[in-house]
Parts: sequence; C-alpha cells; structure tokens
Amino acid sequence: MSKLAFVQKNKIPPSPAPISEVGIIGWLKQNLFSSWFNTLLTLLSIYFIFIILKDFIPWAWGGHWDTKSLRECLDLNPDVACFSVLTARWKQLLFGLYPAEEYWRPTVTFILLIFSIIPILFPKYFRFFWFSIIYPGLAIWLLWGGSIWGVGIVYIGFSLGVLLFILLLRNITRNMVIAGISSILFVILFFIFFSNYLVNILDIIIPISLPPVESLKMGGFTLSLIVGITGIVASFPIGILLALGRQSNLPIIKMICVGFIEFIRGVPLITLLFVASVLLNYFLPPGTNFDIVLRVIIMVTLFSAAYMAEVIRGGLAGLPLGQHEASASLGLTYWQSQRLVIMPQALKISIPGIVNTFIGLFKDTTLVSIISLRDPVGLASTIRADQTWNGIYWELYVAIGLMFFVVCFGMSQYSQYLERKLKTDK
Amino acid sequence: MKASAPPKTESFKLSMLLSDTRYRGTSLQVITFIIFVAVFFWLVDNTLKNLALLGKDVSFNFLFLRAGYDINQRLIPYTSDSTHGRAAFVGILNTLLVAFVGCFFATILGLFVGILRLSKNWLVAKLMSIYIEGFRNVPVLLWIVMIFALLTEFTPAPKAFKGADPQATMLLFDSIAVTNRGTYFPAPIFGEGSFWLLLSFILSILIVIFIKQYANKQKKETGKSLPTFWISILTIILPTLGLYFLIGKPISLEYPYLKGFNFKDGIHLRNSFLALTLALALYTSAFIAEIVRAGILAISKGQTEAAASLGLRPNKIMNLIILPQALRIIVPPLISNYLNLTKNSSLAIAVGYMDVRGTLGGITLNQTGRELESMLLLMGFYLCVSLLISSVINYYNRSFQIVVR
Repeated sequence: MSKLAFVQKNKIPPSPAPISEVGIIGWLKQNLFSSWFNTLLTLLSIYFIFIILKDFIPWAWGGHWDTKSLRECLDLNPDVACFSVLTARWKQLLFGLYPAEEYWRPTVTFILLIFSIIPILFPKYFRFFWFSIIYPGLAIWLLWGGSIWGVGIVYIGFSLGVLLFILLLRNITRNMVIAGISSILFVILFFIFFSNYLVNILDIIIPISLPPVESLKMGGFTLSLIVGITGIVASFPIGILLALGRQSNLPIIKMICVGFIEFIRGVPLITLLFVASVLLNYFLPPGTNFDIVLRVIIMVTLFSAAYMAEVIRGGLAGLPLGQHEASASLGLTYWQSQRLVIMPQALKISIPGIVNTFIGLFKDTTLVSIISLRDPVGLASTIRADQTWNGIYWELYVAIGLMFFVVCFGMSQYSQYLERKLKTDK
Repeated sequence: MKASAPPKTESFKLSMLLSDTRYRGTSLQVITFIIFVAVFFWLVDNTLKNLALLGKDVSFNFLFLRAGYDINQRLIPYTSDSTHGRAAFVGILNTLLVAFVGCFFATILGLFVGILRLSKNWLVAKLMSIYIEGFRNVPVLLWIVMIFALLTEFTPAPKAFKGADPQATMLLFDSIAVTNRGTYFPAPIFGEGSFWLLLSFILSILIVIFIKQYANKQKKETGKSLPTFWISILTIILPTLGLYFLIGKPISLEYPYLKGFNFKDGIHLRNSFLALTLALALYTSAFIAEIVRAGILAISKGQTEAAASLGLRPNKIMNLIILPQALRIIVPPLISNYLNLTKNSSLAIAVGYMDVRGTLGGITLNQTGRELESMLLLMGFYLCVSLLISSVINYYNRSFQIVVR
C-alpha cells in the first residue's frame, strides 16, 4: 500500500513581503505613486522644487559677503546674492540706533531672557522662578539705563507691601480684604512720599548706573522683542480677567468687559496705534507727554488682551457646567474655584488659541514702523533708500522674514509640545 | 427637649458690604461703576481742556468742505474739488474692494491648499505645510512691502515693450501687460444687444437651479441621483454662446496698447492695489487652509467608515457625508478670517493705496487737523463692518447648528 498521506512536519518560514510593499520602494509606492493622479502630483511637485532650487542654490551659495556696496556686487557677478548688506547692516537690523558702545546691553538682556523664561516653560526648573520675577526690572534698567535704583525702588516698594500684608494677616487681622487694602494704601503712600528720597539716598550710598538711552534710539529686532514680549507677558493676565468679567453674572462688570472686548476687536491695530501716537495727548491732562514706546506697548497689550479674552472665554465655555457646580459644592470660594478647578482646565483647552494670539501679537509689532518707529520692516525701507544699497531686495527681506519665522515657528512648536505634555486623556 | 434657638440674626455691619457674599457682588459693581464713570469724565474733561487750549472745537463740518487732493484709484467719480466726505466714501469703497477681491482669492487658494495638505501624497502634503507655515509665521506687513517692491522693481517699464524687438512682451496673446506702473488687463465693452445676452444668462442660471431642485426632489423620493453636472454646464454655456454669435458679438474686449511711454485703454490695476490684495490673499489663505484642514479632520473617522460600508464611493462620501458636516465647523472661523483680512487692509498705507485710512484717516486728517473727529469716524466704520460680520456669524450659527434633542 502506497503512502498517499503527506503531513508537513516542519513549519515553512513566512516568505518575505513583496518588494513593492516594504522598504523604500514600498514607501515610495504608497506615499508618492499610489495612483496615476498621485504620480502626476508627485512629478509636478518635484518639477516645482527643481525650478526653485535650480535658481536658488547657485544664487545663495555664491553670494558675496564682503563688498562695500550693491554696485560692487553687481560688478563682480550680478547673478548671485549680495549678502554684504547684512554684513554691513546687521547691527542696525538687530539694535536700531542703539549706541554702538552699548550693544552689550541688549545682548545681555536677551541672553538673560532665555534664563528667565526657562523656569516658566519647563516646570523642572521652577525653583529658579525668582529670577523670572527679577528679570523685568533688570531688563528695563539694562535697556534704558539710568540709575539702578529707579527700577529697584519699585521692587522695594512692592516687597514692603507684600511683607506688610503677610505680617498683618499673621498678627493683627484675619480679614484678607482689610489687610489687602491697607497694604495697597501703604504701597501707594510709599511711592508718593518716600520713594524719591530713598532713591536719592541710595544713589549716594551705592551709585550703580548706566548711561541712559532714549526710546527713540531703540529699533530693529530689539524693539520687536521689547514690544512683543512685554505685550505677551502683560496681555495674558488682563485677558484672563476680561474673560472672567465677560462670564461673570454681575451685569455692570460684564457690560464693561463686553464693550471693551468688542470695541478693541472691531478696529484694526493700526488705528489704535494712531490713537497712541496722535490722539492720546488729548485724553491725558494738558502737558503730559510720555514715552512713545510705552504708549505702543500699552496699545499692543490692550489689543491682544481683548483677543486673549475671547480665546479664554472659548476655553471656559468648553468646560461642562458640572465643574463649576462641583467646585461650589466643595465649598470653594469664587477665586479658589477659578484658581484650582476652572482655570487650569480652561487654559489647557485654549493653549493653541493663546499661542496663536501671542504669535499674532509678535507679528503685529511690525506695524510700529507705520508710526515711524524703527522696527526691522521700517529699517528695511531706510536701508533700501540708502545710496549704497539702493535696489537690494531679496537678501534683506528674506533675512528679516527668517528672524520672525524662527521666533513664531518656535512658539507654535512649543505649544504643540505643551499640548502633548498636558494631555490627560488619550 | 428644648428646641435649639434659631441662629442669631446678625445686625448689618459696614464691613459686611465687602465680606458677605450677599452684598459683595453689588458693592463691587457699585465701586466699579463709580471708578468707570470717574475715569470717563476725567478723560472727557481732559479732552475738552486740551481742545480749548488748542482753540479747537468738535465739529464734523469739515466733511462738507473741498478736499483739494487727488485720489488716483477710485470707483466713483471724484476730483480734487469734491468734499472730504466724498473722499472718505471713495476710501471706504476702496477698502471694500480690496476686502472682497482679497477674500475671494484667499478662499479659493485656502481651500485648495487645505485639501492638498490632507493629500496622501507625502511630497504634496509637505510642500503645502511649508506654504502654510511660511505665510503664517511672517508678518503680513512684510509680505505687503515685499510684494510691492517685487512688482515695482522687478517688472519692466512700459517703454521696454516698445520697438520691433522689445525686451518685454505681453502675456496671454498680447492681452495682459505687467509693468512697473501696474498691470493692464483687457476691458470688456458692452455693445448693443448685451442686455439680451445678460437676460439669457440669468435665465439659464434659473433653469439650472430648477434642474438641481428637481434632481434633489427625485433623490429624496426615489433615492436615485440624476446626472446634473454636465447638463447644468451645457445649459449655462450653450444658449448664451449661441445668442452671442446670433446677435453678432455684442461684447468685445478692449485690449491695452502702448501709446507713447505708457499703456492706454484696458483696465489698469495699480501696483499698490495688486500688492495689497495679493499679499492679504496669500497671507489669509494660509489661515483658511488650516481651518479647512481642521474642519475636515474634525469629522470622526467613523463617519467615513460608515459611509463606505453603505457602499458610497469616495467622492460621494466627501460630497454627501464629510463636507456638509465639515462646513458647519469651517464657516464661522472662515468668516472671522474675512474680518481679519478687512482690518488688515488698513495696512494699505504702507504701499500708498488710498483706502479709508489713507483718505479719511490720512490726508483729510492732516489737512484739516481734525484728528479726533476723523479717528472717531474711522473707528466707527471699522466697528460697523465688524459688527455686521459678527452678526452674520451669529445668524449662521443659529440656523445651521445641530439641534440637540
């Protein structure tokens, strides 16, 4: 009897996946050439990239970096970039008309800036938060110069106020409101009556000062960063308060907040800047005249605070009503429940919107060139009007665009990192 | 057993105004209101004092005075003898023109880029995200100034078109001339009989709408969808085209031509207008692309899968299932981007385009010295536009919101 049955004893190893499905070829097939239409799109894209790079690479690679004028560049080789304008004018693009011997001051300010935002951005380093509190005063002193005590006195005043508040609470009264009001009164009295004497005395005892630099000298990327960062820092808390006011059930406060937000959001920033530069003198007591950069910062801050308020209101509206009710039933007061329950969640939802507002604010700082402050865009026109660089174009604009791109793109990447990190659900 | 005594009612104390939750809200509001009114009166008082010091009064009479300046781009008749009010109106129309054209192109471009970014083609998706990030992360003012410089400095002067062997040639069969003084397009000329042409065009559109409605009704009743696409296109094109040749070509194009050192005839779009519109459209399109992408991604995958399991084809899934739901998410932020574009058009001053900020808030303000009044009117105009647009958004939200049972 012949054996017809056949039993496979050992397992046949799986054959490798077809070469068209795995590896580079598989990836190419799936992502670039999956259908005739996709193939067409891919070829079109490759052609497009080729056209751009074909001109761009020789242009940028062979660029001149050390000529004296555009004329000289064109004489050497008109087909390549003339980056010499950046070599010649980079200081102006970064610092504006800031005195050359003082360039170290903005530089130090921005290096310190990095150290001061690290504790805020990365909770791991939160123990260095004290530096973030000191930093604003330090930055103001470094940039504008003058005596260190002019800024220091503000810190001294507020520290004394906080000290008084704590002492009152510990020893005399348990009522937060009374302690708060009396320490605020103390701070106000301190600034009205004592601060000037104290500054004078301190100036004599420990004279530390830098040569003062006026606001109109500031420009370039320094100005953008000053306006942008101050605006970002100040608009965030104001935005939160406005959003809370708009959600509040106190009709008068709600009306004021709604009116403010809708008005600011309804007009272009440029009109507000014109108000700052032309009209503000009408609204203040006769003879007042304060720093134009400060005015711009105030307007930019108010502008983005209104947008911020709407973004945060969106976050607040996204929370279920149960969160409010639950925190109230736990016996939390309004501010406690906002601080511990509502805001952490609402802010988390609105991170993308908040960062978008920040990015918008930073880009909007270029508008100050229209009221003739010297930000990078304004400086570009100045440089292009100069005889030596008249006609320069791509090199300058691409450089300025890149500066803004790096900052804004960095911010949006950070927001995505933050979103991933704070994600509690899957 | 003795019933516990009722809690002692506290007599009213002044400090309760701040610490008792029953009164705190009210007293807080009263304080806020007093501060608000005080600040308001302080500002008004300051303004009046300052105006008195400068010897000025508040009056809007300047709107009826002779303007005395020229506006080179205008949609309505205007000369330097017209009033300031008319100049402001010319400016308003110019602003609206930029806003409409800009929104139109931004929407088309944004839809295109947003959908392509979702493409499964890796290279295309990456290119589109470079486009989006590039335009979103660079200030719009820089784009405006850049494109304006590009248009004025890198295009040939009109005289370059001159001669037997010109340095520059016109595009599209000698119809469009891109010069450093602006771009010249052919202008349509409506001859006798154009009215009938227009009428037939409108009629065919009405017929197409009727066909669509009939098809929809059929679909709802029988579930069969009729082929309407080609029928509608033919209905729109054929009768009007036939009539056009029957009457004898009543509409003709007037081509721009070189005369002396400049182009004559045709529609002349100045570089300021082109640069502003182009930059705003490109910049806003990047934002719109992201909105479109987010809207489509927000529709859960289950919808696509459910539709596919019903046997619908991919393009039907897109048209019947995804888009109607995505539109609900896309439209409100889309409209608020239109508002942003309109507000950004006030950057026209950077390229010298005469929008309402350039006329009313620029030359009129400087000539008459009426800063307060001009700025008030200017802000009033922008506020009206913004309130109008936000009421459109609210209306849309009310009528298309999913009704939750």
